[in-house]
Amino acid sequence: MDNFTQHQGLVLPLDIANVDTDQIIPKQFLQKTERVGFGQYLFNDWRYLNGDITQVNSQFILNQPIYQGASILLTRENFGCGSSREHAPWALQEYGFKVIIGTSFADIFYQNCINIGVLPITLTEAEINQLFTQALHQPLTLAVDLPKQLINCSDTSYTFELAEFHKYCLEHGIDSIDWTLTKLDKIIAFEQQLPAWQ
Amino acid sequence: MASTLYEKLWQRHLIEDKAGETPLIYVDRHLIHEVTSPQAFANLRFLNRTIRHPERTIATMDHNTSTRSLAIDAAGPEAANQLRTLAKNCQDFDIEIFPIGHQNQGIVHVIGPELGLTLPGTVIVCGDSHTATHGAFGALAFGIGTSEVEHVFATQTLRQTKAKTMKIEVTGQLPNGISAKDIILSIIGVTGSAGATGYVVEYCGDTIRSLSMEQRMTICNMSIEFGAKAGLIAPDETTFNYLANRAYSPKGQLWQQAVNDWRTFSSDADAQFDKVIQLDATKIKAQVTWGTTPGQVTAINNNVPAPTDFEHPVDQHSCAKALAYMGLTAGMKITDIHVNKVFIGSCTNSRIEDLRAAAAIAKGKKVADTVSAIVVPGSHRVKQQAEQEGLAQIFIDAGFEWRLPGCSMCLGMNDDKLAAGDRCASTSNRNFEGRQGRGSRTHLVSPEMAAAAAIAGHFVDISAAEIA
Repeated sequence: MDNFTQHQGLVLPLDIANVDTDQIIPKQFLQKTERVGFGQYLFNDWRYLNGDITQVNSQFILNQPIYQGASILLTRENFGCGSSREHAPWALQEYGFKVIIGTSFADIFYQNCINIGVLPITLTEAEINQLFTQALHQPLTLAVDLPKQLINCSDTSYTFELAEFHKYCLEHGIDSIDWTLTKLDKIIAFEQQLPAWQ
Repeated sequence: MASTLYEKLWQRHLIEDKAGETPLIYVDRHLIHEVTSPQAFANLRFLNRTIRHPERTIATMDHNTSTRSLAIDAAGPEAANQLRTLAKNCQDFDIEIFPIGHQNQGIVHVIGPELGLTLPGTVIVCGDSHTATHGAFGALAFGIGTSEVEHVFATQTLRQTKAKTMKIEVTGQLPNGISAKDIILSIIGVTGSAGATGYVVEYCGDTIRSLSMEQRMTICNMSIEFGAKAGLIAPDETTFNYLANRAYSPKGQLWQQAVNDWRTFSSDADAQFDKVIQLDATKIKAQVTWGTTPGQVTAINNNVPAPTDFEHPVDQHSCAKALAYMGLTAGMKITDIHVNKVFIGSCTNSRIEDLRAAAAIAKGKKVADTVSAIVVPGSHRVKQQAEQEGLAQIFIDAGFEWRLPGCSMCLGMNDDKLAAGDRCASTSNRNFEGRQGRGSRTHLVSPEMAAAAAIAGHFVDISAAEIA
């Protein structure tokens, strides 16, 4: 996993609540056995007319010229609700998103992001409203500093919370499986005291 | 100190809780299927990792299988490739698998319990968000992503943040025709679609105690639909009776030891929860979703809401967006909504009791000319039992199609899809935009309500005389 320290990028303001994983990557693209190839289908049903990848829906905000190259997704509450499919954060990452800022995230989606090196940031509704007002008005660039847990805007800044271990893994590109395998003696000792039926 | 059921499960499985690290917990049972596992196996191979306990993992084929044919390629070449990949991975890594047509095959959350793979006091995970279903047995069960599937393969553990606790107490006798689906949809209607994010929910109260295991599974299954990490119901005699003599349940002396242990898995009387919600079962009416999240739900005797019925601007916006997608007009009666498709199935409502409830409504009636309706049992065992009990014949005589088991139209990964503009009364768990097919419209209901809608061609109040 690549490590994540600072990132500066253009914001895509997706002003929709409860964006579910079926919207992020519809089920017809889940039949792959590889981890790549999902980015082009990100938000497929909103992004293309009749779900046809050759017919771009120019009304959808992701397709608007001023937001091309966006790498920070601004959204609202309960982003990533629904299915556990890691294909959703894979699609977002492959499209180019490195940071997602919202008022809340579904638990499984949040953990999936951490596990692949995408940074999910929770801000208050008032802060999110401020950012939407700016980003919908004109292109907005933010600078995200993970070690300082800070988002810098042109004239203001926002602090954010992150679990210590999540921050450590993102900052250092830690593979949590390698980390856990260093604890094998503890796992074996634990297994030895399990009741027979379990 | 008094503990909740969740805290007891957590304590039993906690391997290490070290400052600066996310706690490490043990996983007793890992269920896998074809969609969310291939990339985990591929990475294991790539990094030359092994599976620590292949005997703690069980595989089934469900998401991609055809409900018309047992042929592996019946749902198309990509589906067949994914199914074959699962079979090969299981062979290479020595994992037990129930392939298409095997008597134990079916939807992962149906077969786990019916085979006795789902046990109280355990931690169960699966790369599927409806894993919360297994919480009906007093197991801590939750969905995980593919990176975590690999983590479990390689270590038999997971890193998990401890959740907050929520108690949902349901009391009183359910009115006639009202079932578990109506209880859980009512709860989600109260909490909203993210009301339990960050929580593990325990369902309790005399109404819950009186439910069968099938009904309890329906409730726990939809815990994720209001954001909960997991849903729990403390095990009791109903649980033990259900599990006794199942194929993979402990036997003999081990069974007795297990039951004695399982009896300790309940919340202490004075345990403290972070949040408590109470619901009066006597007031629950049949529920129908009108929008595009499960929280956009109302009672059968109500009208479709208007954006102005909501206080918060985000909710107003969501309502307007949902009405436009669903092709509904604010203020219209729910009973005036006509459907042209009916789906009875999914990990929420495809067990034998669900089919009995739907068949009781359908018996001697005919599906409306304007409706096509399918019944998809959750597993081969459910299918066989329904055929033996005569339920399948009741459905067939009424004009329903009787299909082979699988996830089917709940998410339409196979060819059981809705067309754009189709409107479906569905016993599944998600009414998201495009969930059952691009441009299709889903209304979540109970099996009884779905059967009644199939016959009438529109939603009906099943407590009213016209159907009951």
